[in-house]
Amino acid sequence: MTGTLDTSPRLKRPDDVYQALMDAQKTMTAPEADLFRARLILLLANQVGDDAVVLAAIEAARPDVS
Amino acid sequence: MAPRFNYLAYPYRRAADQDAAKPAHHAVVVAGGGLVGLAFAVDMAVRGHDVLVLDDGDSVSVGSRSICVAKRSLEIFDRLGIGQRCADKGVVWNTGKVLRGDRLVYAFDLLPEPGHRFPAFVNLQQYYVETFLIERFAELGRGELRWKNKVTGVASHDDHVALEIETPDGPYRVTCDWLIAADGVRSGVRRALDLPFAGESFHDHFLITDVVMHSDMPVERRFWFDPPFHGGKSALLHKQPDDIWRIDLQLGAQAEREAELKEEAIVPRLKAMLGEETQFTIDWSSLYTFQCRRLERFRHGRVLFVGDAAHTVSPFGARGGNGGIQDVDNLAWKLAAVLEGKAGGGLLDSYEAERIPAADENISNSTRATDFIAPKNAAMELFREAVLSLAEEHAFARGFVNSGRLSVAYQCVDSALASADEGVFAAGVAPGCPALDAPLADGWLMPNLGGEFVLLLAGIDPAPFADLPLRTLAVAQGDDRDGLIAARYDLATPGAYLFRPDQHVAARLRAPTPESVTAALQRAMGVA
Repeated sequence: MTGTLDTSPRLKRPDDVYQALMDAQKTMTAPEADLFRARLILLLANQVGDDAVVLAAIEAARPDVS
Repeated sequence: MAPRFNYLAYPYRRAADQDAAKPAHHAVVVAGGGLVGLAFAVDMAVRGHDVLVLDDGDSVSVGSRSICVAKRSLEIFDRLGIGQRCADKGVVWNTGKVLRGDRLVYAFDLLPEPGHRFPAFVNLQQYYVETFLIERFAELGRGELRWKNKVTGVASHDDHVALEIETPDGPYRVTCDWLIAADGVRSGVRRALDLPFAGESFHDHFLITDVVMHSDMPVERRFWFDPPFHGGKSALLHKQPDDIWRIDLQLGAQAEREAELKEEAIVPRLKAMLGEETQFTIDWSSLYTFQCRRLERFRHGRVLFVGDAAHTVSPFGARGGNGGIQDVDNLAWKLAAVLEGKAGGGLLDSYEAERIPAADENISNSTRATDFIAPKNAAMELFREAVLSLAEEHAFARGFVNSGRLSVAYQCVDSALASADEGVFAAGVAPGCPALDAPLADGWLMPNLGGEFVLLLAGIDPAPFADLPLRTLAVAQGDDRDGLIAARYDLATPGAYLFRPDQHVAARLRAPTPESVTAALQRAMGVA
């Protein structure tokens, strides 16, 4: 469980995934969208299944880091 | 209904020390006769040492307070002579439910591993444990317990500690070689030495109530987030002996202490939870805010801090009382060894070296639980909602739900007292970790380890170790009734474990010699 964060392109259809993220939130209120995103983060973190990678992603996601 | 607890007022008695021309000297004084101070006194008495315990009150804990007694504490209590009494009186519990609103988020079962003498937890009111310790201390007939004796002044010197003590008859002084500060979260000793108690306070108030009622509800821990009877806050229900139920209700940051503790404020809250028809009486109630703090050092020369005086945590996880009992377990044998001239004062430094990381682990766990239960900001609240809303359907999210991570024995694997393995142990109990119990043909392993250095030998002749300052315990195949010593200690092939007097592993060796065991023994005594 010590993989590294892979930030190379990994999705086959990034435009479709991005659109699905946008569509999902289109009709949500701001609090609903917040909850949606938090649930999504937790689902994806578990799917990654590698604590070190999730921690690296948390660091990489900080707006002041990139 | 079982008889409820009858608080005795322990009498103040004038001591000869109060009439002495110059301050009387004691080897060891314990400031504070609560759970941890009493346990320390009994541990020293079991080891043959007199201690003087000073307590500013005249009774045991008022209210049930620390109720969840963990397995490791029961094992330590057994070494002190009250383990079976606690286990017999306590309520054993293994299951729990976490609810959100009126829906079950998940149920858990601690699934206790078979082959241990004591269960994972029993619930037992603190006043019972303290009473058992007081009785045990009297039975051992060593040392003295002085009620209504409050330590008001502490002067720590290179070769002694001088104490000022306040009593109903006025003040007096004593000196001692060692002062054990077990005087709780508001430690007077800590204040007298002007030591900072750094950490964090939580703003939420919690109403803690013991309710006496007949109920057929199962013996399980129930924790609610946002229950229908107490919207937006948390609630906890847990059974104690004598038909007493512990109820914790989160009240928020704005609660008014005086108003909330009035019966007319408490009763409607309890009726909302228990139902209008349920008959109950209130046995005890209190309003708390929680803190997570610790001293920077637990040893200050000849003053050693234990329990809440050294570190304090919120109650989620039962890490306060159980953490303090482990402090006692760690310190008593070391102080006894110093008093007996078998070890230098440096061994006492290992007390804080081993127990500060343990305190940090407890503080970290209880801080995280408190933050989950009473979120401090919008992000914490949002993610808690996300977790709780996922947990009912998705097993993975239950791992994030935190209503308290229950106390387990600290594993001091980085301890300077622990020796590196000699030979290969692919599994088993690593040096620094507490022993694991196992059934023997005629009893249990833990009581056989007792409170001294023990060399456990499997498939190895004990004769060469007869002259070492330890007890050998040869385990033949027939002794290991269920094969659990072989399994838990990786001793299917021959090998040896050296256990410390607090039943922690000091060393393990596949091919021990008197020389290698002596080296491990010296290391465990602080002669590295």
